[in-house]
Amino acid sequence: MTAAIEVTGATVRYGDVLALDDVYLSVEPGRVCGLLGMNGSGKSTLFKTVLGLVTADRGRVRILGMGNTAARRKGLVGYVPQSEQVDWAFPVRVRDVVMMGRYGHMGRRRRPRPADREAVEHALLRTDLTGLADRQIGALSGGQRKRAFVARAIAQDADVLLLDEPFAGVDKRSEATITDLLLQLRQAGHTLLVSTHDLAQVPELCDEAVLLQRRVIAHGTPEEVLEPDVLLEAFGIHPSEEGRSWTP
Amino acid sequence: MDALTALVEWFTVPMQFEFVQRALLVSVVAGVVCAVLSCWMTLVGWSLMGDAVSHAVLPGVVLSYMFGMPFALGALIFGGGSVALIGVVNRTSRVKEDAVIGVVFTAMFALGLVMISRVPSQTDLGHILFGNVLGVSDGDILQVLLLAAVVLAVVWYKHRDLTMYAFDPVHAHAIGVNPRLLETLLLGLLSVTVVVALQAVGIILVVAMVIIPGATAYLLTDRFERMLMISAAIAFAAAVTGVFTSFHLNVSTGGCIVLAQAIAFTLAYLFSPGQGVLWKGRTARAVRATRAGH
Repeated sequence: MTAAIEVTGATVRYGDVLALDDVYLSVEPGRVCGLLGMNGSGKSTLFKTVLGLVTADRGRVRILGMGNTAARRKGLVGYVPQSEQVDWAFPVRVRDVVMMGRYGHMGRRRRPRPADREAVEHALLRTDLTGLADRQIGALSGGQRKRAFVARAIAQDADVLLLDEPFAGVDKRSEATITDLLLQLRQAGHTLLVSTHDLAQVPELCDEAVLLQRRVIAHGTPEEVLEPDVLLEAFGIHPSEEGRSWTP
Repeated sequence: MDALTALVEWFTVPMQFEFVQRALLVSVVAGVVCAVLSCWMTLVGWSLMGDAVSHAVLPGVVLSYMFGMPFALGALIFGGGSVALIGVVNRTSRVKEDAVIGVVFTAMFALGLVMISRVPSQTDLGHILFGNVLGVSDGDILQVLLLAAVVLAVVWYKHRDLTMYAFDPVHAHAIGVNPRLLETLLLGLLSVTVVVALQAVGIILVVAMVIIPGATAYLLTDRFERMLMISAAIAFAAAVTGVFTSFHLNVSTGGCIVLAQAIAFTLAYLFSPGQGVLWKGRTARAVRATRAGH
């Protein structure tokens, strides 16, 4: 079977800094892979490499057997940004943001057709945002904001979704809602790469997990990767008992 | 009734003069085109870039006068060239972008100043720097209208992509749209727009025209389409008010137009429902009063 995401020996340098060191990663279609690591571990560089925003000095990326550019042009790659990267005061409504997921399916002027509007309404429904669709994007709670961007990826009908810290700045209840939503997406056959340093959601959400510290330190089931000995060996730390939140 | 008559005459008397009609046409067209683009400039945060492009066109304008070419040609070459130069130096050195912008536009402006002192006297530095909209020629008007039409057509065709770029360039990339190309397009539009506005308010004040209307509209709405409308309406009103005030008081036209825009901004800043500082102050006081009451 063709892997949904396949990174082969990716090495990325920023000047003198080695950000990724010979990273191998293969995620089968229809699976949720958690990407774990501390700040500066190369998580976002790996994301950028998979997205094609950063070109690896060595190694290559295949998405569903295709080169990066081809996969993006086909609309196969959906991206859910970190909260800090979004301008929440931007004058767009939730519905406008979700509609941007359809742009790849539209003509050059990006004029929505009925099929596009339907896809947007469907995505809003699935993320439980229909009633909030006319709100300005910043007028949502932390969890709703995340769901709005997941809705954009659903509207896009992306097979492969990259989610950058989807649980950051989100309360417990929204965390559960988002986890449910992502599991539904997996059920529907989407492949998810989820970067997080919130370990609490990992066992429930992820089929597999990757521990990154410039290179892949462990790759296996969440239980194997979150084994205290593995974490201890990798970082010399234990996940804290209460909340199991892992803040570097 | 006298007041009404006076008001009507305030508009009709100047309109008997052809130069006022022409000034009004150029100011309104330039104002509206700048206002449309200013919505993206405000959201992307390119006010310094607007300032840079407008100053950097000076050598181009001078060259155009020297060789009797349309002023827009030289201005476009130097405006676009400076943007490209800023991009190259930014990418190939460790100097931060705002410093690169500062170096390039002042250097270009200085070059223009040196050149103008060697040019035969019919070009007036004051007119280039501060605008001379009451004295625009037919050729100038034609160039303004032509470039304005080009900008509006491109914006009409590409506005959704430009907004996507302003909001989330990474998403644009993820769906196979090159954000670098959209950035270049927006910079190109900025260069052309600056050239359109030169005739109305001059080099120094152009940046106001590509920032103030959008910033004002941003204080008044949460919807981008409405922001475009409000911004254009503000620029239209400011152009009309500016031209007539300048006629009656016999003061700088560009100055009056930009002042009118600044007044609109001040009003929005103070009184915008939701965003205005007085509104926010009142809400905060109400909250404190409620809390104190409990």
